Amino acid sequence: MSTTTRQLPRWADLVLLPLLGLVAALLISAGVIALLGESPWQAMKLLVDGAFGSQESIGYSLYYATNFIFTGLAVAVAFHAGLFNIGGEGQAYIGGLGAGLVCLWCGNWPFWAVLPLAILAAAGFGAAWAFLPGWLQAKRGSHVVITTIMFNFIASALMTYLLVNVLIKPGQQSPETREFGANSWMPLANEMLTKIGINFAPTPLNLAFVLAMIALIFVWLFLWRTRWGYALRVAGQNPTAALYAGISPSGMTMLAMVLSGALAGCLGLNELMGSQHRILIDFPGGAGFVGIAVALMGRNHPVGIFLSAVLFGALYQGGSQLTFDMPHINRDMVVVIQGLVILFCGALENMFRRPLTALLGRRAERGKVES
Amino acid sequence: MTADSSAALRSPALELRGIDKRFGTVHANRAVSFVVKAGSVHGLIGENGAGKSTAMNIVYGFHRADAGEILVNGRPVQIHSPQDAIAAGIGMVHQHFMLVENFTALENIVLGVEGGPLLAKGLRRARKELEQLGRDYGLEVPLDAVTETLSVGLQQRVEILKALYRKAEILILDEPTAVLTPREVDQFFLMLRRLRDQGKTVLLVTHKLREIMAITDRVTVMRQGAVVAEVETETTSPRELAEKMVGRAVLLKVDKKPAQPGGVLLSVRNIEVRDQHGVARLKNASFDLRAGEIVGVAGVAGNGQSELLEVLSGMRQPMRGEILFGDSDLVAERLDPHQRRKLGLAHVPEDRLKVGVVAGFSAQSNLILGYQDRADFNRGVFLDDRAIAVDCERKMVDYDVRPRLPALRLSAFSGGNQQKLVIAREVDCTPKVLLVGQPTRGVDIGAIEFIHQRLVALRDAGKGVLLVSVELDEILGLADRILVMAAGEIVGELSREEATEEKIGLLMAGVKGAGA
Repeated sequence: MSTTTRQLPRWADLVLLPLLGLVAALLISAGVIALLGESPWQAMKLLVDGAFGSQESIGYSLYYATNFIFTGLAVAVAFHAGLFNIGGEGQAYIGGLGAGLVCLWCGNWPFWAVLPLAILAAAGFGAAWAFLPGWLQAKRGSHVVITTIMFNFIASALMTYLLVNVLIKPGQQSPETREFGANSWMPLANEMLTKIGINFAPTPLNLAFVLAMIALIFVWLFLWRTRWGYALRVAGQNPTAALYAGISPSGMTMLAMVLSGALAGCLGLNELMGSQHRILIDFPGGAGFVGIAVALMGRNHPVGIFLSAVLFGALYQGGSQLTFDMPHINRDMVVVIQGLVILFCGALENMFRRPLTALLGRRAERGKVES
Repeated sequence: MTADSSAALRSPALELRGIDKRFGTVHANRAVSFVVKAGSVHGLIGENGAGKSTAMNIVYGFHRADAGEILVNGRPVQIHSPQDAIAAGIGMVHQHFMLVENFTALENIVLGVEGGPLLAKGLRRARKELEQLGRDYGLEVPLDAVTETLSVGLQQRVEILKALYRKAEILILDEPTAVLTPREVDQFFLMLRRLRDQGKTVLLVTHKLREIMAITDRVTVMRQGAVVAEVETETTSPRELAEKMVGRAVLLKVDKKPAQPGGVLLSVRNIEVRDQHGVARLKNASFDLRAGEIVGVAGVAGNGQSELLEVLSGMRQPMRGEILFGDSDLVAERLDPHQRRKLGLAHVPEDRLKVGVVAGFSAQSNLILGYQDRADFNRGVFLDDRAIAVDCERKMVDYDVRPRLPALRLSAFSGGNQQKLVIAREVDCTPKVLLVGQPTRGVDIGAIEFIHQRLVALRDAGKGVLLVSVELDEILGLADRILVMAAGEIVGELSREEATEEKIGLLMAGVKGAGA
């Protein structure tokens, strides 16, 4: 029987569909804002203006986006191996510990020596934290969704213990370490731009953004341009075919989790070395979970992840501007908007896919191929 | 062979008039019209993709036709769902049974027509009725046996009883013999004749010419969505039907010279495999495969052939035994499929889509599956996409894969072309030994011919081919030596000369020593 597979054109699948979801999410958010007694139009203007209206707001948006790129990539790499890594939050937390320890111990070394060590430590700690669930999945069959969630709690408990009892700066109340040596601080974007003669407003945007871009390219090259990435994707899409080809699905599970954890771990480079300059309680602040939405909306592809990370960064930054200027709207509104974006781009995607396919659909060549 | 004369006076049991159905641009049914006489066995034959299943799915209410009408007993009926079809007296037995495995046969049959909220009364009534049906049609089944303990043949009876219990007068059977032994097929045919003689109408959908010839009264041939012929079975021949199906002359027999077996390439000794429940799936399997021969493994599906292929290809580790290939014992060295490929042991798996390909990948990406480490596919740490595409294009030409688009998603190719891609991948690297499982499953006649020629060519080039197939015709047409498997054991070995369908059939049914 000739079955037909109607397909959306690629551009529509990658661009139009997420955009439609976004518009729908914003429309409903507008309704919520109207219910709260504020003007939706005004609110949207404030939101966009707060996110992109000035150098400062752009810098902040991209600074937040940097976190989301790392955690979004982490989710995507695991996804391509058929795994749902929900542990980005914990892996980022532990990865930050690695980066932080390097900065605490070697904070006075020259920056060019600290940076590679910090990257290695952040990635290594994050990778190790993800390896355990990966290993449990591969060898013991413990589902990675369950274990990574549990590892988030373990990470949180471990870090609280360390910060309260071990790493805390003596003689203070709040559970955080002393400040890193100034040599280990990430160069800020405005400092770097000044050097080449461009003036940019001071923001926390820093060198980690460049590292995030490199990570995007690395992930793309690895997954689609190397035999190991190929093997990982085969294992993700058809584990039996992987076995048939002599690719060990359990090996790929562990590899994917290690890479995923390493990417999530790099969040600390931006958050701690770039801005906080100390390790503090709960510094990932939910970015590990936002990464799931970023990857989902970005179709697990680096280009999409970049775009959706910028979107979420902008929502974050614009949303705080919004709560500042509109007294009836508090921070939860941003969460509502985020939630709606996730709902429409992830869960309800097929709501738009069907009519859109009917509208634009072209049939796969299958019918013509059938001889 | 036509039914009794009164049938001629009755209006046709089922008539399709101008049934038209499009799926997007695919014209799956083009003005399909045919008549199924009451009280006859009617065959519907065609290649995969010819539109048989579409037509039957329309009759049974899974799809709705864009145009045309369906008449049952001369009256137009509106069929929008299987419920409508059942109400119109149409029953369908699918190729894959729709049974709840841990229900008893009786429970399965009454499922959905229990006749009230409390089961006991309905079951009592059903039991009585089913016993009667069983006697009338020679369809006795152990009603209280749990379905999964029944043989495939009995499960099929349960499916047929299900339809009869729902008062079906017209039975549509979709590829019903795919899972049966030759002996079970004979019994099955007997049962069909009995159903017909009792006045039921049977519509047999199949691609097996032999069955059409053996059992049907009339046959409708479909090609590319249209009916191309409707003939009395008596007046036609397999060759004529095949040509009508394909639209050109085809070789039904594989053209090959006698084998010239050389030295032993692969030596299998005392292999034993158990599943996770500890049940032996493969017992003490031993045989040799020589250069320049095709060894066929015959048997009803699920009698250890799959496990044999998995063990040989390295997808599964046996409990014990040896597989000697070249200088190595593949079992003792625990070589994985990738390492075995490097030694020259290639594998075309039984289940193409589940095992042999990644459906969402492009054709070219699929052509490096298992060979992704090969130097000519890589440049440094990166895959060499250009080289891979060029290689894919060449194989597409050599193996007549259409369309010749290396970047096209694999699932967009037809079954036959997918299989040609898999064959191209595994044969083109000139392995010493090729393991092939069901090479022509779901593949149309034109492609079957081509694939068979390739396998023979590989043999003639001095390689060894182990062919596992449930199609007896395929085994008899290709193999130089035949191993028969039943219940996980190799129960007989026959040379091609001494092998007959009857001998193999007896061995398949587990009658030991029948081949001697």
